[in-house]
Amino acid sequence: MGPNPKMRKEFFDSTRSSPFPDEVLERVLSLLKSHKDRSAVSLVCKDWYNAESWSRAHVFIGNCYSVSPEIVARRFPRVKSVTLKGKPRFSDFNLVPENWGADVHPWLVVFAAKYPFLEELRLKRMAVSDESLEFLAINFPNFKVLSLLSCDGFSTDGLAAIATHCKNLTQLDIQENGIDDKSGSWLSCFPENFTSLEVLNFANLNTDVNFDALERLVSRCKSLKVLKASKSISLEHLQRLLVCAPQLIELGTGSLMPELTACQYAQLENAFNQLKNLSTLSGLWEASAPYLPLLYPACTNLTFLNLSYAFLQSHELESLLCQCPHLRRLWVLDTVGDKGLEAVGSNCPLLEELRVFPADPFDEEVIHGVTEAGLLAVSYGCRRLHYVLYFCRQMTNAAVATIVQNCPDFTHFRLCIMNPGQPDYLTNKPMDEAFGAVVRTCTKLQRLSVSGLLTDLTFEYIGQYAKNLETLSVAFAGSSDRGMQCMLEGCPKLRKLEIRDCPFGNAALLSGLEKYESMRSLWMSACNVTMNGCRLLAREMPRLNVEVMKDDGSDDSQADKVYVYRSVVGPRRDAPPCVLTLSEVDEASRCDGSPTNQNPSRYELPSWPHAPCRTGLRWAGFSSLRNLFVVNAWEHCVS
Amino acid sequence: MERSMAFESDLNLKATELRLGLPGSDEPEKPSTTPSVRSNKRASPEISEESRSKGSSCVSSKVESGERDSAPPAKEQVVGWPPIRSYRKNCLRAKKNDQVDGAGMYVKVSVDGAPYLRKIDLKVYKSYPELLETLENMFKLTIGEYSEKEGYNGSDFAPTYEDKDGDWMLVGDVPWDMFISSCKRLRIMKGSEARGLSC
Repeated sequence: MGPNPKMRKEFFDSTRSSPFPDEVLERVLSLLKSHKDRSAVSLVCKDWYNAESWSRAHVFIGNCYSVSPEIVARRFPRVKSVTLKGKPRFSDFNLVPENWGADVHPWLVVFAAKYPFLEELRLKRMAVSDESLEFLAINFPNFKVLSLLSCDGFSTDGLAAIATHCKNLTQLDIQENGIDDKSGSWLSCFPENFTSLEVLNFANLNTDVNFDALERLVSRCKSLKVLKASKSISLEHLQRLLVCAPQLIELGTGSLMPELTACQYAQLENAFNQLKNLSTLSGLWEASAPYLPLLYPACTNLTFLNLSYAFLQSHELESLLCQCPHLRRLWVLDTVGDKGLEAVGSNCPLLEELRVFPADPFDEEVIHGVTEAGLLAVSYGCRRLHYVLYFCRQMTNAAVATIVQNCPDFTHFRLCIMNPGQPDYLTNKPMDEAFGAVVRTCTKLQRLSVSGLLTDLTFEYIGQYAKNLETLSVAFAGSSDRGMQCMLEGCPKLRKLEIRDCPFGNAALLSGLEKYESMRSLWMSACNVTMNGCRLLAREMPRLNVEVMKDDGSDDSQADKVYVYRSVVGPRRDAPPCVLTLSEVDEASRCDGSPTNQNPSRYELPSWPHAPCRTGLRWAGFSSLRNLFVVNAWEHCVS
Repeated sequence: MERSMAFESDLNLKATELRLGLPGSDEPEKPSTTPSVRSNKRASPEISEESRSKGSSCVSSKVESGERDSAPPAKEQVVGWPPIRSYRKNCLRAKKNDQVDGAGMYVKVSVDGAPYLRKIDLKVYKSYPELLETLENMFKLTIGEYSEKEGYNGSDFAPTYEDKDGDWMLVGDVPWDMFISSCKRLRIMKGSEARGLSC
């Protein structure tokens, strides 16, 4: 086929940068799924930007305050699916006040107008009320997929609204939320003619559900692939559900408490025998040894086994693992001990992900759980391991070095030595060399959580070697500002940095001035940062939101919790009184004496320098803030 | 650098001192910037014992004041640490309460000078010799034989237990069944104190 003269003309037409008609370009770009690729594509030229905008069906917003729903809707007119994340991750550990924000409702209001055909909504760490859930259920007739992870503010009434109104619902996935669990009757709200459900996960809930309604629902939804039940579902209930749904691919059992007759046991055995397609098994609350063999027939094709709520001993785990030759992901409690992990090493050659949770995290005195020996054993047997989350009470540098030598492909290495600041228990040295080995050996490392006794050397290593690191969590570590500086100056792909209880102060905070706009967010709590340092940051970087939360009874000049994130919409207007948003604008207006829209009285500095001082500092070379000397001058100026 | 020293002193280090306590509490804690103070020693058994004992005179306080100041209060938790989601914490807490009421008679065993406690299930043992053998294996020490008149004469270690009334008794003084039903926790004493008990 010869060249199309029209296309050649368009190619050379200087007013058009793309040789393709819009429709073709959009069609091609619509095949792109990764939002990172799409972002890259949208930067090529205006035509590509437009085409990409029109063809984007799914938008991912990692920080709900970085952008507004209006801006999103203006840029992406044809979105069908939205993923939205809200609170900082440390809110999972009660470090963020409950009324902090991240309310989904303003988003829903805009979506109702701009995306009336929205099909999917996935929320993580957002505040979601029953009113919002009802609003969602009523205003989006095509709504199909709702996923709520680590959200709070709603009750089972909200779920009832979803069940009642969403005629096309295919997925309802409620995980680890702070739900006000009023009653299980919400399940009865699914209409009798409703059959489209494919995913139902209500493992989060504690109250008894209306079992008959659940049974009818499961039997009429022939496409149901994922069923994760709550603790209230007994073994007898489970048997009846499995009989209705042998096609399940993912199953979360209810409670495995012993209460079956011999006949019932046989029936349940049969039911598990029918589950030929199971790839994920979870739940297993109150799992007791006699009932574990029931699961065996269903384990042949398992790739993900979640035993993180089952208090198993090592031999029980071993027997179960023998049945799962294809296991890729395993979550367990540390009751299985090092011996249980040896069994993992011996039986799971394809293992890629291991998470070991502590059964008794707050009992510091007693030795139990897992040690370095367990993870070592796993690393010898499971060479494909690339994701580990490991809670333990002792660790050594040598063990970690061997572990990463055995498994150099780690992308996620999250080690939690539970006693803060604990050294290598054999050598009594800091754990610096352990994490040095991790970052040196695991070149693909994307996520790292460090723990144990760590000096600045750890962070020198991280800054020097962790070139692909995107997420870093640091607690009770470091010796000086230099530690944080190394992280900020070194890791080119760093997006999320969360720090707590470390001796990093203003100089450290300010050394990242040029970095924060390329990151999603920074969290610092219980460090040595002061209000002045935060104000400086806010002043110098107007496109960052600098939010400070104060602890009761702490010194007025301390910035107890600092959350810094980039945003194209400026400071948020919905911050509660305990959250102070610092911004250049507010500071300037306060200097002039004009009122701001914050609640300033508690945080007013007694003597705020007037403009000449600031100007003086700018003259001194503000951009070289990393120089401690300059920061000193500033501190002397304002304190 | 002199300037940085001045900077540091202006910072009011007391206010910014890192602590392991809950915000607002005034407990003296170990400073995080001195690794030498930090040892891998947990709260010594004496500390937790002291907080629990009912003033029994049998237990002599072996706590050096330095040790006390450098170890955090035994049971105080740091907010949000270890980093476990609330949902999981609540599930595990419920389960733990179940376990306490369930089968098994778990008691804590401490050994003077050892940084960690162990837990054992007393129901597993049928007699004193069995129990003592297990303890000897577990902690790698020699307790020796019990005699009514001389206790564990000659041994550096003396196994003691706290009974329901809060009194500390020598293991072996009462019949096994009475021991099982009254033992709340075990402590293996060491050194001169232990030898003192054998008289």
